[in-house]
Amino acid sequence: MKALVLACLMFPLAALAADLEAALTIKDHRFTPSELKVPAGKKVKLLVSNLDSTPEEFESHELNREKLVAGNGKATIYVGPLAPGKYPFYGEFHDKTARGVIVAE
Amino acid sequence: MFGSAIIVFRESLEAALLIGIIAAATRGLTGRNLWLAIGIGAGLGGALVVAGLTETIAEMAEGAGQELFNAAILGIAVLMLGWHNIWMATHGREMAAQAKSMGNAVKSGQREMSALAILIALAVLREGSETALFLYGLAAGDGSSRVSMLSGGLLGLAAGIGAGWVLYSGLARIPLRHFFTVTSALILFLAAGMAGQMARLLIQGDLIRPLASPLWDSSSLLPMDSLLGNLLHIFAGYEARPSGMQVLFYTLTFLVILFGMRWSRPRIPQAT
Repeated sequence: MKALVLACLMFPLAALAADLEAALTIKDHRFTPSELKVPAGKKVKLLVSNLDSTPEEFESHELNREKLVAGNGKATIYVGPLAPGKYPFYGEFHDKTARGVIVAE
Repeated sequence: MFGSAIIVFRESLEAALLIGIIAAATRGLTGRNLWLAIGIGAGLGGALVVAGLTETIAEMAEGAGQELFNAAILGIAVLMLGWHNIWMATHGREMAAQAKSMGNAVKSGQREMSALAILIALAVLREGSETALFLYGLAAGDGSSRVSMLSGGLLGLAAGIGAGWVLYSGLARIPLRHFFTVTSALILFLAAGMAGQMARLLIQGDLIRPLASPLWDSSSLLPMDSLLGNLLHIFAGYEARPSGMQVLFYTLTFLVILFGMRWSRPRIPQAT
């Protein structure tokens, strides 16, 4: 087991190339933009800013991602490389209003 | 109210089920309840601290602090679950034979329990900090529905604890002959699933490569948000769209623990 953990730590820690970035904002428990276009086949760095004072959890089964965003906080989430298609996401703590979709094309 | 109950239920379920399994698997060890209580108490305290530090943790490691932190917790949990299973492969049989902890087993049993208390503390800390944040958000919100949302949260927490208790009493009913086989198998899958989650977090933080992503897509067959998909996710680390790296972590962990259990099993039944 120790070997496994060591092996994990040995993986290159630094990203190799400059990342593509895309920004999402949470305000009044809604995502803006609610539809975010990203290029397919590329890793994308999602920058989520929460302008609400309450925390939110970014979640997407389609993207296989889940991350807490503190109230008035920021979060970085790497997604992809994605195959072309639609990837819905939502804020777990306010899933009635906080909904959006990433479109990879 | 119902919405907040479900969220808190989901967050507390994983920790509650883990505690249920551990409590069942350590039946008969001296001082078990005390150690369990210490683990849960320390976890709850830690959860509040971590919830308060969310923003600080998130900003560490260039925005990947939350992932690193949770991955480290999962890594330690995997080590301890693996060690527990290997320990049980050595001592489980004698305990089953004698039904109670005896002589030599007591000393190593205490070490075992203290390690498991740490494991439980970490599980409670991880799930608890998210629950605490969510409940804090509700309490800080200005809706008139605050009371019903908070009582929903408490209801969800009670349901989560109830589920852990049901699992525990179900496991406790299994005849001793099969008991260690069942709990060891559960823990083996649990540990492998946690290793998979660890990989997912490290990929999300861009600390390791995903390899093939996804390796397969079974979301139309068994979606993650279905009841069965969710349960399989908690118990066996099921993912509808896992990356290659997640599957690699999962498989390696599974095999390493399995071989560890096989090797440490006493060749002679009467071994200490």
